[in-house]
Amino acid sequence: MSTSIENLKTFDPFADTGDDDISQPTNYIHIRIQQRNGRKTLTTVQGLPVEYDQKRILRALKKDFACNGTIVKDDELGEVIQLQGDQRVKVMEFLSTQLNILKKNIKIHGF
Amino acid sequence: MASVDENLTPTAEEQLDFDPTMKKKKKKSKAVSFTPDELDDAIPQEETPDPEVDELTDMFAGLKKKKKKSTSSAPLEPADDEPAADAGAEDNVEEFDFGSQKKKKKKKVADVSAFEQQLEEAGVNEEEEVGEEDETFEKPEAEEGEGEEEEAGWLNSDREYTYEELLHRFFKILRTNNPELAGERGQRYKIPPPSVMREGNKKTIFANLKDISDRMHRPYEHVMQFLFAELGTSGSVDGNSRLVIKGRFQQKQLENVLRRYIMEYVTCKTCKSISTHLAKENRLYFLVCESCGSRRSVSGIKTGFQAHIGKRKKMVG
Repeated sequence: MSTSIENLKTFDPFADTGDDDISQPTNYIHIRIQQRNGRKTLTTVQGLPVEYDQKRILRALKKDFACNGTIVKDDELGEVIQLQGDQRVKVMEFLSTQLNILKKNIKIHGF
Repeated sequence: MASVDENLTPTAEEQLDFDPTMKKKKKKSKAVSFTPDELDDAIPQEETPDPEVDELTDMFAGLKKKKKKSTSSAPLEPADDEPAADAGAEDNVEEFDFGSQKKKKKKKVADVSAFEQQLEEAGVNEEEEVGEEDETFEKPEAEEGEGEEEEAGWLNSDREYTYEELLHRFFKILRTNNPELAGERGQRYKIPPPSVMREGNKKTIFANLKDISDRMHRPYEHVMQFLFAELGTSGSVDGNSRLVIKGRFQQKQLENVLRRYIMEYVTCKTCKSISTHLAKENRLYFLVCESCGSRRSVSGIKTGFQAHIGKRKKMVG
């Protein structure tokens, strides 16, 4: 009965707003760096959304940053993009501008 | 006006970077005329009957006349001439008081604006910190002495107290009774800088990990785990409880990582204090703040993807 009256629709101020901590941690994109020998480094991008074609992203990244890279398939983490050199900030820029991924969903690791 | 502006803007900028700031800020707060002098390339002294200072005072007069007046005139004749003699009397007064008063103002401003930075800077700060500690301790005392006079001035008189006086009194009392509430954040986030050495060509020694993790009230294993996960390397603890990390890292880089650790696992998000502890409840870590009692869950340390580095394994088959 009460449902038919507009005003009485309950609004729960304590309900989850959705953009709270709950939904987030699953879809972070992690950008990491690893040291190789000498001053060489490797950048890995983990957790890109599946709806994007990793291959095409990789191709764009390689072209933009003028570096080589591969896609590595990991058992747990799915496909991970590997790039040569320290491309962390650039990758972040790329992801946020080209793919409209929120910066707060990207985590940069490493020093 | 220009001198003041010049004086202020650099601070704001400088707050963004790491260390020089602390030094600068502190200096500024210590000796008033330092920066203006520097900027206007005038006379190099510490305290001053200078034209510049007078200029400055005029600028700040609006803000500060109350305090200044009350401090200066308190012992003699407590109250009434305040509103009248703003501009005139200042000049002779300043020699002594201005220093400290300016100091106060500066510090307050810095405190508010640098609030966030403080946190970050907090993480890892260099040697100045040690010296600074004394400084910060000194200051309140100095102010107190001054405050007493002031108070005596207006407590005995019938006139209405000004907001600033009351505020001052409040903070003075607060500072004496429970200093940790008085917002002296600087001294709470003192963590010694990581001392980093190179061992051989490929390893880095992080010598004071134990010390640092003790300061943060965290088991060093936890810090170590985080470091390794973030840096994507491995390592071990040697006999003198120093951490040996594989790979070459500079102090600055480790500072960054440590700062991130502090942001994530040490500071309370609600009240920004670092007196917290980690509690583990059915596989989840919770950060419990000891000063405000808030709890939040923190994500566990995950290593994530590790690229295979080095020689490739021979393909089997």
